[in-house]
Amino acid sequence: MAERIVVLGGGTGGTLTANRLRRALPDAHITVVDQDDRHVYQPGLLFVPFGLTHPEDIVRPRGRQLHRGIDYRECPIDHVDLATDTVVLADGSSLQYDVVVVATGSVLLPEETEGLTGPGWMEKVFTFYSLEGAAALEASLTRFERGRLVVNVVDMPIKCPVAPLEFCFLADWYLRERGVRDAVELTYVTPLDGAFTKPVASARLAGLLAAKGVELVTEFNTGEVDGGAGRLIGYDGREVPFDLAVVVPLHGGAEFVGRSPGLGDELNFVPADEHTLQARAKANVFVIGDASNLPVSKAGSVTHFEGEVLVENVKRFLGAEPLDASYDGHANCFIETGFNKALLIDFNYDTEPLPGHFPAQVGLPLLKESRLNHLGKLMFQWFYWHSLLPGRDIPGIGAEMPAAGKETGAAQNH
Amino acid sequence: MPTKTVAGTTVDVNEEGFFENPDQWTEDMAPELARDDGIDALTDRHWEVINFMRKEYFEKGTGPTVRVLGKASGVSVKELYELFPKGPAKTAARIAGIPKPHGCI
Repeated sequence: MAERIVVLGGGTGGTLTANRLRRALPDAHITVVDQDDRHVYQPGLLFVPFGLTHPEDIVRPRGRQLHRGIDYRECPIDHVDLATDTVVLADGSSLQYDVVVVATGSVLLPEETEGLTGPGWMEKVFTFYSLEGAAALEASLTRFERGRLVVNVVDMPIKCPVAPLEFCFLADWYLRERGVRDAVELTYVTPLDGAFTKPVASARLAGLLAAKGVELVTEFNTGEVDGGAGRLIGYDGREVPFDLAVVVPLHGGAEFVGRSPGLGDELNFVPADEHTLQARAKANVFVIGDASNLPVSKAGSVTHFEGEVLVENVKRFLGAEPLDASYDGHANCFIETGFNKALLIDFNYDTEPLPGHFPAQVGLPLLKESRLNHLGKLMFQWFYWHSLLPGRDIPGIGAEMPAAGKETGAAQNH
Repeated sequence: MPTKTVAGTTVDVNEEGFFENPDQWTEDMAPELARDDGIDALTDRHWEVINFMRKEYFEKGTGPTVRVLGKASGVSVKELYELFPKGPAKTAARIAGIPKPHGCI
């Protein structure tokens, strides 16, 4: 009998997994489930508030991204019953599986922060992490000419940990272009003890913030957002006043994970093996992308690099072979810095982002502003729809982190 | 590796005062560790958090973040900051004798 594989989620991870599985296991019966038919190119959200792209340009139908022969079900997921290998959907129907792949990403939880969705929400308090939020922020930002613009990350983990920094860099550029930068105080408020999590990159990024006149407030744990009075209130009593706040809300895993006994952790992320991507919950459950609790960035590049190992392991599991433990935590991100320039960082579980070149000594500059990196970031959208989602490899960018062009002497590895 | 003497016993710590080896910790060290972090007296609520920190560490290999503490320890984030004003996750980890939580990525 054909093996039954159910892929939960039709975003980056679910789509590339299903398409790769289609080729790796031509006889398997593959079903992808998602609750809506809007596949958002999430890296594009950053550009919407600045008018550099538009919501309609970054959304495509989910089903259309799947290869022929893959079933697509549009329905919310109620829960997964691990004991009987069954996915139960919200309409009461169910899907039996031999393997299930959890690719449901993470969800925004703005209501978990006191006051965040209260007075001022979507008027002077916004997030650019949703399509609606990014579009509403654009309208507000075009009218913003003076005052305090505060960018705040409530707590980690968040999708694309560099995006709020990129927002600061682009805001600086955008306000300068409009000739109002001098009338705006720009502040970045983070729960971390520096600009970023990894030491070498953190120092470089803090330097860039300073060079662009962005004030950095660290170790700030947002307890309340008071939109009426225009202030962030930290749990430790500190306050940061604002006229316009751009807040990255708390993230959690998909709600159905919480309704599936044994599957997730306290935040509804799914614990999994760091190298094989097999869920701790049961041997026939695998996890890809933001849905997992792995100590990697929640980012499309991570999901892309995981895809190769994940598909190999689904195949090996069904063939009763030992799993391939080769995912190394590889992540790779362009960081927009404004003025048509960008940085590139590349790292994994063992090596923090270092200066040098990617993928080898001749290549894109790492941890350094360049126009080439900016072009790379813009080009990436084409690769996303035409190469990454269909499950093809991107030329020159493999799943394993390349060490060749890195200045490893620049720092101690952790 | 730096060491530190707590309640008359020498223990291995890192440069920020986090224990390297949680097995070197005993309950009678907690009050002294707490005083080093500016907490004069440990209440039952403090102990609930300290015990939770150790349980999580031994189950998961890392101490919990503030968010997880707030969801799973039975003590709200607001109260956690009242108990450990300098930052619940780090302070409670130091007093509970576990390594610095990995926290975030």
